Amino acid sequence: MSLQFLADGLFAGALIGLGAVGLTLTYSILRFSNFTHGDFISWGAYLALGVVSALTGWIGPAARFMPFSFGWPLIVGGLFAMALTGLLALALDAALFKPLRRTGHGIVMVIASFGASLALRAMLEFLFTSEPAYFSRAIQIAIPIGFGIRVTPDQAAMMGLALVVVIAMHLLLTRTHIGRSMRAVSENPALARVVGIDVAAVIRATWLIGGALACVSGIMLGLTVQIRPQMGFDLLLPLFAAAILGGIGSVWGAIIGGLIVGIAEAGAVQVIGSEYRSAVAFVLLIAMLLVRPRGLFGVREG
Amino acid sequence: MTAPVALVARDIEAGYEPGLPIVKGATITVGHGEIVALLGPNGAGKSTLMKAIAGLVPISRGAVLLGDVDITRTAAHRMVRRGLAFVPQTENVFTTMSVEENLVLAGHIAPAGTRAARVAAMLALFPDLARQRRLAAGRLSGGQRQMLAVARALMIEPSVLMLDEPSAGLSPKLVGEVFAKLSEIRASGVTILLVEQNARAALAIADRAYILADGRNRHEGAAAALAADPDIAAHYLGLGGADAGVGGRIAP
Ligand SMILES: Nc1ncnc2c1ncn2[C@@H]1O[C@H](COP(=O)(O)OP(=O)(O)O)[C@@H](O)[C@H]1O
Ligand SMILES: [Mg+2]
Repeated sequence: MSLQFLADGLFAGALIGLGAVGLTLTYSILRFSNFTHGDFISWGAYLALGVVSALTGWIGPAARFMPFSFGWPLIVGGLFAMALTGLLALALDAALFKPLRRTGHGIVMVIASFGASLALRAMLEFLFTSEPAYFSRAIQIAIPIGFGIRVTPDQAAMMGLALVVVIAMHLLLTRTHIGRSMRAVSENPALARVVGIDVAAVIRATWLIGGALACVSGIMLGLTVQIRPQMGFDLLLPLFAAAILGGIGSVWGAIIGGLIVGIAEAGAVQVIGSEYRSAVAFVLLIAMLLVRPRGLFGVREG
Repeated sequence: MTAPVALVARDIEAGYEPGLPIVKGATITVGHGEIVALLGPNGAGKSTLMKAIAGLVPISRGAVLLGDVDITRTAAHRMVRRGLAFVPQTENVFTTMSVEENLVLAGHIAPAGTRAARVAAMLALFPDLARQRRLAAGRLSGGQRQMLAVARALMIEPSVLMLDEPSAGLSPKLVGEVFAKLSEIRASGVTILLVEQNARAALAIADRAYILADGRNRHEGAAAALAADPDIAAHYLGLGGADAGVGGRIAP
C-alpha cells in the first residue's frame, strides 16, 4: 500500500485544521455552531482570487516564485483577502448575529447561521457563477520525498504556512492581552467584564481572526482543487469533526483534530474507496461525542 | 461618620428582569478607609446589590457614586478603570488560566511598565500563590482560590474593593486568614465593602454594618453595637448559638 495517503491526508488535514481553529474560537466565545464558517472559506478563496486578478489586471502578469505555482500577487492578495474575509464575518455579526444575541437563544443563532450560509453561497454563485475557477493553471510537478510519497511545492509551502499560522495563534492566545481576553470570555463572560474586558471588542476580534483563518484555509483549498462556491460548505462536516475531536476551544486540538480527520479520510479513500470519504468525518465525530464529548484537549465538559 | 465618602449607593432598585426588583430601595454609604459589612439572611439581595453597583445587574432607580463620580450607568468593564474592584461570590477566578495569567490579565489597565511589579507585589502579599504561580487556578484549594480572587481584584490598585462572601466554604482557620488579609489590605488604604454570611467574623473587622432584608435596609450602625444587640443577633446574625457562616460553596 502506498504511503501517499499520508501526505495527502496531512495537507487536507492542515487546511481542515485551520478552518476548525476559527470554528472552535467562534464557538467557544459566542456559544453557537456557526454554519457560515464553511462559506467564509469559499468567500476567502474568491476574495483572494478577486484581489489577485485585480492586481494582475492593473500591473500585468507577475512571475511565479519557482517552483511554486504562484507569485507575489497571491501573497498580497491573500493578505488583503484575509482582512476582507474578517470584515465579512464582522459585518455578518453586526447585521445578523448581534441583534439575535440579545434574545439569548443559541438555537436561533444556529438556524440564522444556516440561512446566512445559504445566502452567502447564493451570492458567490451570482457573482462568480458556479463554474470552477483557478488561482493558476500552471502544472505542478510533484516531487518524490521518499517512501513512495510525492508532494507538490505548493503543498509544502501551504503546510509551512499552516504551521506558522498555528504558532502565531498559540502565541496570540498565550502572550497577548487580546488572546488572554478571548480565553477569559470563553470561560466566564461575566467575570471577564468584572476584570475590565470589553466583551464586545473581544467578539469583534474573534470574528476578524476566525474569518482571516477561514480565508487561509480557502486559499489552501483553492490551490489544490478548483475554486467553487460550494467548496467551503462541503467542508463543514470535517470542520466540525476536527473541532470536536480536538476539544472545543483548543487551538492545537483543532489542528490535531484536522490532521486526524484529513489522514483518516485519505486512508479510507485508499482502503474502502472514495464513496465513503465523507462518512469518515461523520463516524469520527459521532465516536468522539460518545466516548469523550469534551474532545482530546477540551477543558470543559461538552 | 465624618470621613469623606468613598462609595454611595442611594435608594437602589435593581433586579434581573424588568418589573421584578430584587433590591427594592437599598442605601449604603462607605467612607474612605472603612470596612463596611453588608449582612442579612440568604436571599435578602446582598449579592444582587453588589452586582448592581458593579454594573452587572441593571439599576432601575437610584444612583451610585464612586467618590464624586456617578457610576450608575457605567458599563461593568469600565468599573476597574474608575478604581472599583469586585470579587464575585462564585466563579471568581479563571480556572483554565494559571495563577499568574489571572493576575496579568487583571493588570492590563495598569501602565505597561508597572504590571510586572504589581504581579510581584501580589505574589509577595500572598506567598501561597507565589508557590503555585504556574498552576491552573482551577486546581487551587478553596482558600487559595479565594486569595487569588482577592489578589486579582487588588491588581488594579482599587480605591474601593467589594467582596461577596470571601469566606464562603472555607474552614474556620482559613476564614481567619482571609479576614486577617482584609484588615491588612484596609490598612494599606483600600476601602472595603464586604458581604458576609459569617457575621461574627465580619463584624469583628468591620467599622460599620448594614443589615439587608427583602431588598431593603433593615438596620445599620457601628459594627460593635450591632454585634452587641441581642435582638439583632437573634434575628439576623445567627450569633446566638453555633458559628453562623461557613455554609456556601466556592464554585461549581
Ligand atoms: N441570576 C439570577 N437571576 C434571577 N434571579 C436571581 C439571580 N440571582 C439571584 N436571584 C434571586 O434574587 C434573590 C436575591 O438573591 P441574592 O442577591 O443572591 O441574595 P443574597 O446574596 O442576599 O443571598 C433571590 O430570590 C434569588 O433567587
Ligand atoms: Mg449572595
